[in-house]
Amino acid sequence: MTYIDPHIHMFSRTTDDYQAMAEAGIVAVIEPSFWIGQPRSYVGSYIDYLSTIVGWERFRAAQFGIRHYCTIGLNSKEANNEALAEEVMEILPRFAVKEGVVAIGEIGYDEQSELEDRYLRKQLELAKELDMLVQIHTPHRDKKSGTLRTMDVCEEHGLDPSKVVIDHNNEETVQEVLDRGYWAAFTIYPKTKMGSERMVEIVRHYGSERIMVDSSADWGVSDPLSVPKTAKLMETRGIAKADIERVTYWNALAAYGQSGQMSEDDWLNPPEVDQRTLYEGNSVLRGQAPKVKGESEGVEN
Amino acid sequence: MTPKELLRSWLERQLDPAALAWLDEATEKAAKEAGDKPLYLALGLAPRKLGKGDLTLGPEDLNDARSARADWDPRGWSVDQAARILLLLATGERQPERFPELLDQLCRTGDLGELVAFYRGLPLYSAQDKLVARAQEGARSNMRALFEAVAHRNPFPKEKFSEDAWNHLVLKALFVGSALHPIQGLDARANRHLARMMVDFAQERWAAGRDVSPELWRCVVPFADAELEKDLARALELGERGGAAGAALALSQRGDAAAERLLERAPDLAGKARRGALSWDALATA
Repeated sequence: MTYIDPHIHMFSRTTDDYQAMAEAGIVAVIEPSFWIGQPRSYVGSYIDYLSTIVGWERFRAAQFGIRHYCTIGLNSKEANNEALAEEVMEILPRFAVKEGVVAIGEIGYDEQSELEDRYLRKQLELAKELDMLVQIHTPHRDKKSGTLRTMDVCEEHGLDPSKVVIDHNNEETVQEVLDRGYWAAFTIYPKTKMGSERMVEIVRHYGSERIMVDSSADWGVSDPLSVPKTAKLMETRGIAKADIERVTYWNALAAYGQSGQMSEDDWLNPPEVDQRTLYEGNSVLRGQAPKVKGESEGVEN
Repeated sequence: MTPKELLRSWLERQLDPAALAWLDEATEKAAKEAGDKPLYLALGLAPRKLGKGDLTLGPEDLNDARSARADWDPRGWSVDQAARILLLLATGERQPERFPELLDQLCRTGDLGELVAFYRGLPLYSAQDKLVARAQEGARSNMRALFEAVAHRNPFPKEKFSEDAWNHLVLKALFVGSALHPIQGLDARANRHLARMMVDFAQERWAAGRDVSPELWRCVVPFADAELEKDLARALELGERGGAAGAALALSQRGDAAAERLLERAPDLAGKARRGALSWDALATA
């Protein structure tokens, strides 16, 4: 089996994680722009962060044969710093059209403050202007009403639900998200919120249409192997193979593939020009001897 | 023709009319409109609008390139890279004073594909002397594709890098597993200090039980004194681990009595080198 993790913050993860992910069959990841734990107080640190996830992190992933994509946005927590938020909004368009950027995200509400609302709306407008998908972070507190409110705002701004992925769902939100035509992503957290066991039951109950599983692994206690582990559990609990493949691979590809920036060919049949500049994973580079598996030297510091 | 005109004519030949029209319009907008937003957007969108196919160049095109700019070697460029460099050249023509600062700013926010293009374009921009620090910053990158955009098939380093910067560029190429032979000026800028650095590197690798690249000896042999000859002898004796084929090739090219004496330690390789069965290009990919 091969997997896509459509929400993981590799910025905060180690090469051990990359290695384990590649061995577990993860072929592609999507890295949403997020809050790095320590608040950024200058637009410069934001610029360097966004540059990292469109450049350096992509290179790191490619060394392990994993394709890396990202989403670009101002997260809800930092939207509450108005001075910073204004400056970040200025530079976002510059990053939104970079290669491998599959959506504006992750954006949405944290405390559902007035400033969060303002910058959510501005970014929805930016997505419309650039004809981009949107990846929504739903709040961890007051989740149900925050999720409904986010969908109301998306619709108010005229977004097509089939171009919007609503993330961090649970049993309380999934029905309405699916009913209104959005993609529903579920984050598997090892200890809190949504676990693999519950995920199995959700797929049993709601099926696999427009549902996807991700790890959202970051700097906190989280598991970069959540997607393959959940797939294994589904298998032992008798979920049909086709459904497992849909929620751990195909739906992420179908949703984010709409951007035109992510295609199966990227990892199955990488174009030569990409092998020259980016993808050093398991492919033969033009004019070079193939790497022996396990012998890749990676970057020497 | 100027490099900019050449790039435009190569792209015209290869792009469909709609893509070319987008590029022409974007180039004009980026050069004329106030603010840098149109330039950022055009640079970002280039692969989406034009694709990432290889830029198809024949021997005549490569000749034209060399006449337009000494030692310009656009082999291996892609369509989006050519378009991005064209956009920079057009902007640079309009605002030559500001260009080095603009390039810095673009490099701070570039994705990997953009950065590779920006650095490949180095020999074509105006005010070359003001771009040295930028070029060295690129050579410091651990992203190999980016490093090679500066180091390989690019006349900028041999023309502008100080000896220290040059030596680190060559050593780093070995360190990150890049080939040396595509570095322009490798023989012309060889120096005693670099030879010493290379031998230290070889000893370090041997101590760790690792191979050294045969290309390493190309930078050592021209400066080999009695001291360095001991290391060359060791390389020949170690065979593949020592990069012996490169040592043999470099020694046969030097051809003096000391070199011939050393070559006696590896008669097979010496024979191959004399017959012309060894070449730097082939050694790098062997």
